[in-house]
Amino acid sequence: MEDLLAARLQMAISLGWHIIFACIGMAMPFFMAFAEWKWMKTKDPVFLDLAKSWSKGVAIFFAVGAVSGTLLSFELGLLWPTFMEHAGPIFGMPFSLEGTAFFVEAIALGVFLYGWDKISPIAHWVSGLIVGISGVMSGIFVVAANAWMNSPAGFDLVEGEFINIDPIAALFNDAWLTQALHMTFAAFASTGFAVAGVHALMLLRGKKIKFHQEALKIALIFGSIAAFAMPITGDLAAKDVAKRQPAKLAAMEAHYHTSTNVPLIIGGIPDDINQKVDYALEIPGGLSFLAFGDFDAEVVGLDQIPADERPPTAVVHFAFQIMVGLGTLMMLIGMLYFFMRWRKIDYLNNKWWLRLVAITTPIGFIALEAGWTVTEVGRQPWIIYGVMKTKDALTPMPGIQYSLLVIITVYLLLTLTVAWLMGRQIKFIHQKYNA
Amino acid sequence: MYTDLVMMILGISLILYMILGGADFGAGIIEIFTGNKGKSTISRAMAPVWEANHMWLIIAVVILFNGFPKAYIILSTNLHIPVLIFLIAVVFRGAAFTFRHYDAYDDQSAVWYSYIFRYSSLVAVFFLGIIISAFFGGTIPQANIASFTDLYIDPWFNLFSIATGIFLVTLSAYIAAVFLLGEVKTDEGYQLLSKFSKRLFVLSVISGLAIFLSSYWIDLIFHKIFFKNIVCMIAGVIATLLVPLVFILIRKRNIWQLRFTVALQIVLIMSGWFIIQWPNLVLFSNGSVLSIADAASPTITMKILFFSLATGVVIIFPSLYYLFKLFKSDDNLT
Repeated sequence: MEDLLAARLQMAISLGWHIIFACIGMAMPFFMAFAEWKWMKTKDPVFLDLAKSWSKGVAIFFAVGAVSGTLLSFELGLLWPTFMEHAGPIFGMPFSLEGTAFFVEAIALGVFLYGWDKISPIAHWVSGLIVGISGVMSGIFVVAANAWMNSPAGFDLVEGEFINIDPIAALFNDAWLTQALHMTFAAFASTGFAVAGVHALMLLRGKKIKFHQEALKIALIFGSIAAFAMPITGDLAAKDVAKRQPAKLAAMEAHYHTSTNVPLIIGGIPDDINQKVDYALEIPGGLSFLAFGDFDAEVVGLDQIPADERPPTAVVHFAFQIMVGLGTLMMLIGMLYFFMRWRKIDYLNNKWWLRLVAITTPIGFIALEAGWTVTEVGRQPWIIYGVMKTKDALTPMPGIQYSLLVIITVYLLLTLTVAWLMGRQIKFIHQKYNA
Repeated sequence: MYTDLVMMILGISLILYMILGGADFGAGIIEIFTGNKGKSTISRAMAPVWEANHMWLIIAVVILFNGFPKAYIILSTNLHIPVLIFLIAVVFRGAAFTFRHYDAYDDQSAVWYSYIFRYSSLVAVFFLGIIISAFFGGTIPQANIASFTDLYIDPWFNLFSIATGIFLVTLSAYIAAVFLLGEVKTDEGYQLLSKFSKRLFVLSVISGLAIFLSSYWIDLIFHKIFFKNIVCMIAGVIATLLVPLVFILIRKRNIWQLRFTVALQIVLIMSGWFIIQWPNLVLFSNGSVLSIADAASPTITMKILFFSLATGVVIIFPSLYYLFKLFKSDDNLT
């Protein structure tokens, strides 16, 4: 296998894997803190059980996320040394702040997990909140660094030299806010639906009714509210992409020919050779309106982008369709959930509702990975958009396919083990509480 | 000025990683010898703090790629292979430790977790030593004309690096043994660990000497610089001479003085390393160097990096103090 492809695959697998653990680490501490707060308020022991059970999940996901994150911080250099040599001094600031946030998260988690009997309930609850807040902060910092790759700022490129470096301008690049918002809500939406799905499955099996019912409610509240925020933050992010990265937008929508009054394409199969999309549903003027707020606006097509600077259309287009489709589905489920709560419908005992929630367990994370694919593959062939190509950043060391093989094996083993452990954790709850 | 300040924080991070992270790695190594007898003590002592202990590595690597990117890319290209092995061992030991601790059931799988935790601790710290050795050993080539072996194998696969790896294994096991003396609940356990501490100290001295011998043997510059540098020699001698004090403190069971003394030994050893390198970050095999000043990012980056780190320190140290006070205070020792 070619070294460039191997390195890209290794990076994709490492990031795609880490992102799931990172998102759970951002969202789930809030679930457990919420459960603990309900326990302090109601004194109902079921909430204490819930907070404790969830905190064990958080501990496992955080630890695995932390070690895979350590691996990533080195992988950037192992695979893309030329990128890091030039980008390090410019976009390093969010990473140094992230180091602190992450450190605080680790400390607060230690206090939360082992401090149940050592500190006051309020202090304990606060430590849980700190875990969540610092988790979200570190997520935002890392996304800001990624946003810089999409929207490079804070330097001048003169004859191949990066001069006039301004790390603060690099941190607050044009894309950081929209990307950070979209990512943070995505973490809550995907984790919320995944957690709700697991508890719905347990309810269907008739296990420990109250415990899972309360868990389902909490997870769905977080997941649904976040799902409503997704199209809003997504729209902001897309408008930003339209302005700065026309090639990415064109690939997302498989928009080949620059024109005005461009329709929004739903579905369809992009055909790069004939420069057209087959079997797509079109909403007239939709893309022009969504991207620029004007039905007649001109949208740059792939024809305006030099052939060697176009991202792979099909991958980006399909990933975008998957993300939007699943995101819409999550929002509909969220609407249904609030509707049922409003009309006081007994959804907790409705088998069809529980089945629906159980089936949708993975969709948040699938949407998350798809969205990540849009951002990353949509930026190709650039590693720093418009500044440095991915192939020019590659390590000079040959034989990356072997390191790819090792990484695949490691992550496969870890995935299987974590899944198995979670299964045992859930089984244990039922034995312990015997309901 | 900011470069020096950032360098200082990098030095402190590395020292803290060696002491705290080293104690964690060492605990895994000790478990190879104690088997399941030591398991509960080690799990109880490590569980609340091990993740925080390894954050120092993250801080160090962030400083490196933000502040000294040229050194970071040497680390990640010439030392690609040992770095990858080190990281995979870190992933495995962290995951195995967590799985062992949180698995709802204590059955056959715990045997597997323990096995992985112990041996990947050993591998991780051994390769950490190998990686470090390349920075001060002068084994890194400074050319692109060389073969794959010259560029990516020889810098770390040599007697000197292996000796440094072994030294770090014995040293971290020593740190762990001393640290665990304060955690163990039984008299029998205390006796066993004090025996370990003493033996591991002797082994550390022997493997430390092996570093010098190997440097002499394969004609590196390390021993030449060391014996020319009086400060460095004094640091090494004091670190060794502290041993009678350590042995007395072990007998008297003065846990905190003991831990402090051992930490001092590590500070001295690490300072010795830093003094040898100063003012350079990397020593190349052809005799040229990458100095700290040449490797440093532009001033503005160093300034912002320093203030980011300083903010971090103001937040991290009180929080860490709280964490350690909560879980490592004297009242839960006996």
